[in-house]
Amino acid sequence: MSSAAVVIIAILTLAAALAAATLQKLMHAALSFALAFVGVAALFFLLGAEFVGLVLIFVYIGAVAVLIVFTILLTRRDVERDRGVNWSGALLAIAVFGGLTWAILKTQTVAIVAPPVRAISVKRIGDALMTSYVWPLQCVGLLLTAALIGALVLVMEEKR
Amino acid sequence: MTPTLQVFLIVSAALFSVGLLAALSRRHAIFILIGIEMMLAAANLNFIAFWRFSPQPRPPTGVMIAIFSIAIAAAEAAVGLALVVAVYRHYRTTNVDHLDQLKG
Repeated sequence: MSSAAVVIIAILTLAAALAAATLQKLMHAALSFALAFVGVAALFFLLGAEFVGLVLIFVYIGAVAVLIVFTILLTRRDVERDRGVNWSGALLAIAVFGGLTWAILKTQTVAIVAPPVRAISVKRIGDALMTSYVWPLQCVGLLLTAALIGALVLVMEEKR
Repeated sequence: MTPTLQVFLIVSAALFSVGLLAALSRRHAIFILIGIEMMLAAANLNFIAFWRFSPQPRPPTGVMIAIFSIAIAAAEAAVGLALVVAVYRHYRTTNVDHLDQLKG
């Protein structure tokens, strides 16, 4: 894990995220969104969490980005652009960033380097999921089922 | 030279702020959802960074919470986009400034 790689990936990620937040065309913004998540997954890889990085790529680029593109295509007739930037929102975002950065730089306990660790294997993650995290796993399964049924009910044709 | 935890926390703070910017300053509902997803990704980055820089506990807690958080974010995105489609069908617009029927 070298500083140069982290800084380069971070700059690419943030540039893609900023493009996703500010581009006028929805489709370009959705593609920048996918690119930003590739960057976040690369940061996860650098941090030694390869499994989470892969899950992020599968879920966000494989599912969420495709869902967003589908939604854009389904709501295409709405071509009006939003003109003008909402400056209060931008100011608030900059203020939040400034406050967080000030707090991070002021906290001495986070100025540490990573301890050396052995790589975390998928087997260990699977063991933990099936032993100590089995109830959260079942709850998430139930939540996903409920969410998908709810999404289907929401988009069903309205009966008059 | 290896990066410190501060670098990752600042990257995460910047990603969160960009997400906040997208959620607050855009009027299209899909942009607001994109902003929320970015804020959730920033939170996940924080979980993973704190896990990596802490003395490693035996069950990989940071990894677990990030996986559950990603699953919940996926559920949220599915319901949110279904809501956008339903609202578009009803009002023929996805501009959130026009959805003011409940405004007093």
